[in-house]
Amino acid sequence: MSLLEINNATLKFGGVVAVNDLSFSVNEGEVYAIVGPNGAGKSTVFNLISRFYQPFAGTFTFDGQNLLDRAADQVADLGIARTFQNIELFDHATVLQNLLVGRHRHRKTSLVEELFFAPRVRREEMAHRDEVERVIDFLDLQPYRDKMIAGLPYGVRKVVELGRALASGPRLLLLDEPASGLSVEETQDMRWWIDDIRKQMGITVLMVEHDMGLVSSVSDRVLALADGAKLAEGTPAEVQANPAVIEAYLGAGAV
Amino acid sequence: MRTLFKISYDDDIRLFPDRWSMLVYAALLALAFVLPMLLGEFYLGEVTNVLIWAIAGLGLMLLTGQTGQVSLGHAAFLAIGCYTNTILIELGLPFIIAFPLAGVITGLVGAIIAVPALRLHGIYLAIATIALSVLADDIIVLLDPWTGGVSGKFPEAITIFGLEIERWTMPTRFYYLVLVVTIICTLFYRNLLRSPLGRAFAAVRDSEVSATAMGVHISRTKGTAFGLSCMITGWAGALMGYYAGAFNNETFSLVISITLLMMIVIGGLGSIHGAFFGAVVVAFLPQALSILKGAVIGGGVAIPGLETGVFGLILILFILFEPMGLYGRWLKIRTWFELFPFARKDMFRRQKSYLKTERLR
Amino acid sequence: MEVLQLLVSGLANGCVYGLIALGFVLIYKATEAVNFAQGDFMMLGAFVTLGLTNAEYMHLPFWLAAPLAIIIMAALGYLLDFFVLRHLFGQSQTAVVILTIALGFVIRFVAGVVWGHEPQTLESPLSIGDINIGGVVLGMADVAVIVVTVLLTLFLYQFFQRTKLGLAMQAASQNQMAAYYMGIPVKRVQGLIWGLSGATAAVAGILFASKGAIDPNVGLLGIKAFAAAVIGGFGSLPGALAGGLIIGVIEPFASRYFPAGYSQIAPYALLLFVLVVRPHGLFSQVRIKKV
Repeated sequence: MSLLEINNATLKFGGVVAVNDLSFSVNEGEVYAIVGPNGAGKSTVFNLISRFYQPFAGTFTFDGQNLLDRAADQVADLGIARTFQNIELFDHATVLQNLLVGRHRHRKTSLVEELFFAPRVRREEMAHRDEVERVIDFLDLQPYRDKMIAGLPYGVRKVVELGRALASGPRLLLLDEPASGLSVEETQDMRWWIDDIRKQMGITVLMVEHDMGLVSSVSDRVLALADGAKLAEGTPAEVQANPAVIEAYLGAGAV
Repeated sequence: MRTLFKISYDDDIRLFPDRWSMLVYAALLALAFVLPMLLGEFYLGEVTNVLIWAIAGLGLMLLTGQTGQVSLGHAAFLAIGCYTNTILIELGLPFIIAFPLAGVITGLVGAIIAVPALRLHGIYLAIATIALSVLADDIIVLLDPWTGGVSGKFPEAITIFGLEIERWTMPTRFYYLVLVVTIICTLFYRNLLRSPLGRAFAAVRDSEVSATAMGVHISRTKGTAFGLSCMITGWAGALMGYYAGAFNNETFSLVISITLLMMIVIGGLGSIHGAFFGAVVVAFLPQALSILKGAVIGGGVAIPGLETGVFGLILILFILFEPMGLYGRWLKIRTWFELFPFARKDMFRRQKSYLKTERLR
Repeated sequence: MEVLQLLVSGLANGCVYGLIALGFVLIYKATEAVNFAQGDFMMLGAFVTLGLTNAEYMHLPFWLAAPLAIIIMAALGYLLDFFVLRHLFGQSQTAVVILTIALGFVIRFVAGVVWGHEPQTLESPLSIGDINIGGVVLGMADVAVIVVTVLLTLFLYQFFQRTKLGLAMQAASQNQMAAYYMGIPVKRVQGLIWGLSGATAAVAGILFASKGAIDPNVGLLGIKAFAAAVIGGFGSLPGALAGGLIIGVIEPFASRYFPAGYSQIAPYALLLFVLVVRPHGLFSQVRIKKV
């Protein structure tokens, strides 16, 4: 049952065609990876789904609803959360505060209530904190709870990005290069987390990734992109064996 | 060494993180209440001035420190609050209604002005707000029949439920009025900080892109920040009018806007304490300077531009050597004592951010 | 005829605004910082020249004093960057903005202490005489302003587009870390640009002072120059000049045709209008970031 369906998506930046008549769908509960050389349009697809860009053509359907009807800040409400390739955390806040912002879409209190800190606000805050603590436990972020992002190492920040996306309680999680810049051990951790996210939390994962090891070990299906167009789609093994994919990565004539 | 040991989520949400700080603030509050008995009229007036500037500082701090929108035009909102309050009272409304209403109206004006300002970032926003401040000056003169133009207005004595509060003859009562408004505004600010909206403000400040991805409506949030900030600033403006006794378009000039911004930077951007520390500097600087001048040169000689010049110099020194402001320095000293002898030299080392062009956002 | 006269005198003023705006844009193009004290630099340049050439001060010949003043201001700009702004390396732009505002206050105070607060006139050979072109009267100083401004803008534009140093400056403003890696001495480049900006301010000051009396507060017309730079679009040198000319021309027309009180808000109203309609100015350089 497809959760996210994209048909004939096209996006141009001036003369450059970033996404070229792309169609694919992500089934509920699966881990779907998008791979491809740099400039292939992978992050652009994410930005289209997040509604930061408006597609030139194509349909985007999430859970049967037309995604193109929504503005960028309404995407979280639908149940889509994402991380960013270059880490867009809130530098001057603590890890805890960053994660709590992830709960923003569940905010039920009004401005006046918050100004006076009505009892309802307190109750809601406790509930949000509960959820966030669950994410902290899942990602082992306890020692970093009250630390400012500005002082944290890169690997930890990547995990906090993931945590913030998880805190919003999504149905679809978009991970933009979750393993980039991570060490081998950290990538292994990421692999288990993605697995647990799918198995324990039932969240569908769509990820862009360069690390083929991670992709092979954790994805159900893979989409290979080149120049904004679909090159191949299938299980990790199928895509890696596909001659067109090999040519795009390694050049023709490779054995 | 003082350790903060939290045992429930409530410890993070409460107004005061632990018993000790609660006692400290309670003592401060008690001191504030008995102050009129300790200080003479003159110094009480000075403290009242500090509190009024602190309220204005809180207003600007909410917008600039918390939401990251630089405003070099907040004197315009001081003016709107002041004139609105006076006009409403002239129209017959009692102070107890006119005053809060003046703040709300200023807030609404701020939110409306925010709409075109939403698309402006960084330097463009700063310049637009400068233009706003200059325009406000001119518009006040243009609206002469309402505002009294260059001749200005003289606010009457305040009456609350029959109790009269006159700034010059009853400084104690005026002080208590200002104190109450200060406490209310501080509580509002504090409540915002521990609620989703306050976090949303910080999110808008630090990364609009990911804030949007988390479901924060940037325009609405900025508009709310503007509105709340202008509301608090409007209240400060109204109180300033009473404090000064008379006001016209020059009372709320561009220099005041700039002073306000410099004040919160010196105090410590992004903190409640910053507004108060900055206010102390601004309110007492003229005093300190005239004492110094008297000692060095000998009274009498007027040096124009001395105050602003020295203020500018202080600010430059702070930005160079203590960018976290007075509050930052206070934190560092306090941490050193708290962690003694384990304080390390680079504990507050700031993350260097290399310039990446803003022209690609 | 009257229209032409208004236009032409407006152009001369506009060039002064444009020159100051050029100074802003120079610094912005190379460091993405905005120097709110640029107007006060201009004032300082004018006063330094006055102090060098006027009879009651050092009474040097004008054609010696002017270049000397320009060099002094260039050095001042460089030293300012060296001693003060380098410390801000790695801090946010807001800090630089606030710092330069404070700097403006300090410069104004110092100028008042050194030269006094009374209006003084620069003894400049440019202030003598008018020329009459077909019924339109133009002061020599105004002609000089227009000519110098156009030449300077052209020169600076070519400098940024063509020379290695100019390109290095642009690189340093767009991505400092990358510029470092490419071997660009970012800090020194920054110092040079501040020096260049100081020199431009000095030129503006000399020309402005040739048109009329000056006192330490004239730097406040830097705010209008801001409006000019914003309207033109920060980051664009021709834009800065265009913006300056627009404001310079609007002013006399506004005071002639609008009731008093409305004319002085014209530049600021225009500024706000441009910001609402085209937030990044007429010749904007901003593009959307790809995350």
